Amino acid sequence: MKIKKNLSKTLLAGPYLVWMIAFTIIPLCMVGVYGLTDRTGVFTMDNLTLLAQRGYMKALLLSLGLSLLSTVICLALSYPLAMILRSRGNGRKGFMVFLFILPMWMNFLLRTLAWRTLLEKNGVINALLDLMGLPSLQIINTPAAIVLGMVYNFLPFMILPVYNCLMKIDNDVINAAKDLGANAFQTFFRVILPLSVPGIISGVTMVFIPALTTFVISDLLGGGKVLLIGNIIEQKFTTANNWHVGSGLSLVLMIFILISMAVLNKYDKNGEGNAF
Amino acid sequence: MTKRNYFFLAAALVISFTSAGCGSSREDNSGRYPNGQVIVYNWGEYIGEDVIAKFEEETGIQVIYDMFETNEEMYPKVESGAVAYDVICPSDYMIQKMRENGLLQPIDFSNVPNLKYIGSEYLEYSRAFDPENSYSVPYCWGTVGILYNKTMVEEPVDSWDILWDPKYKNEILMQKSVRDAFAVAEKKLDFSLNSTSEPELAAARDLLIEQKPLVQAYVIDQVRDMMIGNEAAIGVIYSGEALYTQEENENLEYVIPKEGSNLWFDSWVIPANAPNKKNAEAWINFMCRPDIAYDNFDYITYGTPNTGAMEMMDEELLENPVLFPDEELLEECEVFQYLGPDAEAIYDEYWMEVLSE
Repeated sequence: MKIKKNLSKTLLAGPYLVWMIAFTIIPLCMVGVYGLTDRTGVFTMDNLTLLAQRGYMKALLLSLGLSLLSTVICLALSYPLAMILRSRGNGRKGFMVFLFILPMWMNFLLRTLAWRTLLEKNGVINALLDLMGLPSLQIINTPAAIVLGMVYNFLPFMILPVYNCLMKIDNDVINAAKDLGANAFQTFFRVILPLSVPGIISGVTMVFIPALTTFVISDLLGGGKVLLIGNIIEQKFTTANNWHVGSGLSLVLMIFILISMAVLNKYDKNGEGNAF
Repeated sequence: MTKRNYFFLAAALVISFTSAGCGSSREDNSGRYPNGQVIVYNWGEYIGEDVIAKFEEETGIQVIYDMFETNEEMYPKVESGAVAYDVICPSDYMIQKMRENGLLQPIDFSNVPNLKYIGSEYLEYSRAFDPENSYSVPYCWGTVGILYNKTMVEEPVDSWDILWDPKYKNEILMQKSVRDAFAVAEKKLDFSLNSTSEPELAAARDLLIEQKPLVQAYVIDQVRDMMIGNEAAIGVIYSGEALYTQEENENLEYVIPKEGSNLWFDSWVIPANAPNKKNAEAWINFMCRPDIAYDNFDYITYGTPNTGAMEMMDEELLENPVLFPDEELLEECEVFQYLGPDAEAIYDEYWMEVLSE
C-alpha cells in the first residue's frame, strides 16, 4: 500500500521533475559553465570580477538603487490600499481587486510602450499639461521614468500578497486587542503589522527581484541613456555575442538575489512564528 | 541596418497566423512546387509586397521566409547551423566576418545572368568586404546621415558638429548600435570608421561621452517615428528610412555630412550549409531582375544598385540626393569592415562606458 502510494506520487511529480531538469537545472549549469570559462574554454574568474570595474559597478548600484526605490513606493501604495480593501464590504472589494488586476491582462511590453507615448515630449500628458497652461513634464529617458515604469508594472505583485495576508487576519484578534485596551495605533503596530509581515515579504521579493533584473523597462523608458545591470547582460548576449561575460555577470546577480532572499526569509520565518 | 520594426512585428504576427492556418495545406502543395524549396533569411519589411508570390509562381520553388532584426542576431543562428538557410541578406562587415569564418560558399554566377544589371561601381565598392566579388550580390545600399527638422534647426546642416551643439540639448537622437555611434565620432575626428587603434577609439569614446548630456535618446528603429512625430530636431538615420520619413513629415531633410559617413551594403549570400544552392541562385537572379528590383525599391524605399530598376524610376527620384548622393561626397564615405574579435571587444567595452556614464 505504502509503495503504491509512493509510486503514484513519483508518477505525478514526474512531469514537473522533467520540466525542472530540462528548463531550470540544465540551463543553470550551463550559465555556471559559461560564466566560469573564457572563449577558449579555460577556467577563469575574470567574468565575475569584471563587475568591480567602474562602468559595471555603476550599473549594478543604479539597478539596486532604482529597484529598492520602486519596492518602497510599491509598498507605500499597496499597504494603505490593502487596509482599505480589508475594511470594505465583499462586493466592492472584489471589484477593486479586479480593477488592479485588469491591466495585467494586457501585455507587459505594450503597457510599457504606452507609457513612452504618454511621457514623450509631445506626448499625451504634456499635451494635457500644455492645454491647462502648466509647465511640461520632462521625465522620459531619465531614471524617474524607469522607476515609474517599474512601480506601474510590478504594483499588482505587491498588492495581492499584502491584501491576501491582511484578509487572513482574524477579526477576533483585532477585537481582542481592542478589548485589552489597545488604541488604534497600538493595534496596528503591535497586531496588524506583525501579522502581515509574510505578505510584505513575499510582495517585496516579487517586486524587488524583477525590478533588479529588468532590461526592457530601462530600454523603453530610459531611451538607452540609463544602463542597468540587466541591460549590460542583455547586450553581452546579443550585440557583443559574448556569452561568457554575460553568464558571469548573471551569476553575480544571482548571488545578490540569493542574499536578499535569505535576509527576507529570516524575517518571514520570525513573522510566521509569532503569528500562528 | 534596421528596418521598420513595428511593421515587421505586425507582419510577423500576420505570417504566424496565416502559416498556422495553412500548416496542413502546405504539405499537399508538392504538386504546386515541383522545384523544391528555397529558405530565405532577410531583414524584416525588406522585400516588395508580392515579390515572393511572383517568384513562387514563375519558378515553381516554394519560399520559406524568415526574418531578422540585426546582423548580430542573425550571425549566431547561422553559425550554430541550427537552421540551414539557402540565401541570406546580411550587411557588409558581417558578410566579411561570415566569409572569414568559412560560413559562406561562392556563388555560381552562370546561374545568375541578371548580375549584368548590377552597376559596376557597386560591385567595386563591395570588394571592401568581398574582394573577389565571388560571395555576394548587392541588394540594397545607402549611407548614414543626419535627418533634421527644418522648422527646428535654422542654420544649414552639413557637418557632424551639429550633434555636439549645446543649442540642441535634448533634441538629438543617436543610433544605439556600437559601430554606427562610433562611426559618427570617428568621422568627426577625421579617423577611419574601421579604426582599430586604441588611442583613436578612446578619443572617439570621450567625444561620445561629452555628447551624452545633449542626447535625448539612443534608439534604433524609433528614430524614424520620433522624427516624424517632431519629438526631436536632429537624428542619425539610414538613408533608406529618410525617404519614408519625408513622405510622412515634409519638414524633414536628410544630409550626408561633409566629413564623410558610412556607406553600407546589404547583399545576398549563400551559406556554406545551404541545402538548395541552385534555388538560392535562382532567388538571387530573380532579385536582380529590373522589374523585381523596382518593385522592391518602390515598397521599401532603400537605394537599389540595379541599373535596370533605375531606368524605370522617374527623373525626380534619380536626382534625389538621398538615394544617389554626389560622387565627391561618396568618396569621403567608407564601408564597414569586420575588425576581428579583439577590436570588437574594445568597441564593446568603450560603448558600454559611454552608455553607463
